[in-house]
Amino acid sequence: MSEFGTLRVKSGLAEMLKGGVIMDVTSVEQARIAEDAGACAVMALERVPADIRRDGGVARMADPTKIQEIQASVTIPVMAKARIGHFVEAQVLEALEVDYIDESEVLTPADEEHHIDKWGFTVPFVCGCRDLGEALRRIAEGAAMIRTKGEAGTGDIVNAVRHMRSVFGEIRRLGSLSPDELFTAAKEHQAPADLVRWVAENGRLPVVTFTAGGIATPADAALCMQLGADGVFVGSGIFKSDDPSLRAKAIVEATTHYEDAAILARVSTGLGEPMRGLETAALAPEELLETRGW
Amino acid sequence: MDVGVLAVQGDFREHRAKLQRLGAHVAEVRLPEHLHGLDGLVIPGGESTTIGKLMRAYGLDDALRSFEGTVFGTCAGMILLARDVIDGVPDQLAFGTLDIVVRRNGYGRQVASFETDVTLVGDPVPLRGVFIRAPRIEEVAAGVEVLAELDDDAVLVRRGRYLAASFHPELTDDLRVHEMFLASVGRSRSAGLHASNGGLRVRA
Repeated sequence: MSEFGTLRVKSGLAEMLKGGVIMDVTSVEQARIAEDAGACAVMALERVPADIRRDGGVARMADPTKIQEIQASVTIPVMAKARIGHFVEAQVLEALEVDYIDESEVLTPADEEHHIDKWGFTVPFVCGCRDLGEALRRIAEGAAMIRTKGEAGTGDIVNAVRHMRSVFGEIRRLGSLSPDELFTAAKEHQAPADLVRWVAENGRLPVVTFTAGGIATPADAALCMQLGADGVFVGSGIFKSDDPSLRAKAIVEATTHYEDAAILARVSTGLGEPMRGLETAALAPEELLETRGW
Repeated sequence: MDVGVLAVQGDFREHRAKLQRLGAHVAEVRLPEHLHGLDGLVIPGGESTTIGKLMRAYGLDDALRSFEGTVFGTCAGMILLARDVIDGVPDQLAFGTLDIVVRRNGYGRQVASFETDVTLVGDPVPLRGVFIRAPRIEEVAAGVEVLAELDDDAVLVRRGRYLAASFHPELTDDLRVHEMFLASVGRSRSAGLHASNGGLRVRA
């Protein structure tokens, strides 16, 4: 008998995305550029994070028409974002048969305490995190894939690096603890003890871990891969640059050949201007998206 | 024996881990020269369009055409080996080395992805098959051996030195399909298929 929506089937799609680039797109034209450049999936959005940041207002799930048009125009997986805690947006996205739901801090949160109970869905979820505890809380809620958050819409890689250093560093630290210390670590991380123990024994998160937020160049993508990411999400960095198609291809190649500096040098050449970007350190605390999520 | 796993995108690490558990020496293949000296190659699951584009961009498509070892493709890898691909992109890379016709995402989108027991021909113990946006084999030419079935669909096929699965044997603990691949590598190796030119020819 066939079983649908098992954890293995949900996390299995994330396994297939590894080593790849997931690109934010807001139109059929952009989706085709992304697929043609070698994206392993696209994220169908109303606005890229840089525009959400600029325009302000409430950011919600994309219009189903837009999602369906993009689904009809590409053959690669199509993801879409739901607001944190907005389980009805998630129900709608599942009914649209998107391939993955991103319960995302880039949209305006719908719930200030609760995330979506993701176990009840057949469609898999990816969630953001800044540290190990946040990652494990999302996994406990049923996330089948994790992405470190970075600071979306800035083109500044510094927060992505901080979050990866935090998650991967904490994982290494857990590996050095004794069994009794792991219980205390679970309390400190506000995470389930069985997941903390699993991570300590296996030296990684139990699901695929991508990086997002601020990737604007091929070197940024390769940096994330060398730091331990399984793949990257690129939001504003492609379609806010001078030559999206060329830059998208270069970031795809850099993500595969992330340890080959000669290839990285070649693909970084002649790409035109990257997105202008915002320095994250200059943002006021209330302007940060990364702090959304509990 | 030395085998490679195509490592441009997808779940190549899972294949590598399985092959290593079975005692093989495993290399990751990202560039044509990495194929040199290998007796077999696995093309993993992943996105077939992404893998195809990255292979073309670095000449791995031509290198694989002149590769003389055993090749095993799972999911996206099977699409690359097929004679014909339905519902692909216009420039879908397909080597056409295995005489089957496959439909991309032939079982539907991710919400229709599933796991189930498949029947290995001649083996009473069922095999857990994980199907992720899987390609569906719609035609199997005469001479292509069907090694596993799900209802009326062939899901594991072989002809000569090509083996392909529409599911992901690398995502379960069962080692039987990878054992089949390594046995096949061993057979072609002892038959001296590569001896004539001292290994592989890699087109420049």
